[in-house]
Amino acid sequence: MDRRTRAFFLIGLLVAIVCGVVVSQFASSNPDGLEYVAEQKGFIDTAQDHALSDFALADYGDGLTDNSTLNTAVAGLLGTVVTLIAGYGVFWLARRTRARDEEPQTTHGP
Amino acid sequence: MHIPDGVINGPTSAGFGVIAAGGVGVALRRTGAYLSERQVPLAGLVAAFVFAAQMFNFPVISGMSGHLIGGLLAAVLVGPWAAVLVLSVVLAVQGLFFADGGLSALGLNIVNMGVIAPLGGYAVYRLLVGILPRSTRVVPLAAGLAAFASVVLAATGFVIEFAIGGTADVSTGAVLTAMLGAHVLIGIGEALLTALIVSAVMASRPDLVYGATAAPVATAVEVT
Repeated sequence: MDRRTRAFFLIGLLVAIVCGVVVSQFASSNPDGLEYVAEQKGFIDTAQDHALSDFALADYGDGLTDNSTLNTAVAGLLGTVVTLIAGYGVFWLARRTRARDEEPQTTHGP
Repeated sequence: MHIPDGVINGPTSAGFGVIAAGGVGVALRRTGAYLSERQVPLAGLVAAFVFAAQMFNFPVISGMSGHLIGGLLAAVLVGPWAAVLVLSVVLAVQGLFFADGGLSALGLNIVNMGVIAPLGGYAVYRLLVGILPRSTRVVPLAAGLAAFASVVLAATGFVIEFAIGGTADVSTGAVLTAMLGAHVLIGIGEALLTALIVSAVMASRPDLVYGATAAPVATAVEVT
């Protein structure tokens, strides 16, 4: 990555972290469109608890501490970083898939 | 728009899980064919940004909020097939770490927000760029309008899944009307946020915007 692109990447990452840690604090707690429709049309009761609902990070850190601001901030930071790493991994894998398709003669492994 | 477990029955959820896996498989190959090495970290960044942005639920009407899906946004920034991967990663992290979106419903959610929204939205984007005047200034406008369409399409995806395997005894017509009514409004938020973010990237690094530089869009937009 050249210097300009690296600067763009770092600024972008900073913006993402600010969104996850700070902007997310101002999120509306009202149900989103699908949940709202499920309530209005009476099928919200068919929704089951998430398999991981007892996990501390469930509902974006709801069960971490008694401080909901801190919980959201931790969940936002952690989620943004985990998604960055997972995304990098998936796109690295996509590139590797191409490399393998282009060089069918290449032998892999020892 | 994350579907929890239980709303759509097991066989339907599993069937859409297979469709989602197929979509991700195709996306891996198609993305690998055009993604350059320097774009790998940037595509990861788009995923991180979409995750963070989805945490912000904006108020829509009394008692209802909406959040960015980011499928069309990702498609314009890194291409429609890479966007399928971006949203799949975001949805997997949300489901596995934050209990957002049921695990059995992951395939349903990937199909709606990770396949229909970016691919359907990008088709609309290409159509709009072909119709609108030739200028890079149309990129944020076309992105905003296509983002609106992507939300309505994703909402329709849910209604189709509900019609096939909804566990509640509620008429599909009633769900369709309610879902479209809600998501036409949420789509306006998606359109504004997408146009704003695309404008910001176009102002600083238009060369990194797939939707402004890739064929056949580049021939319709004068990239300077």
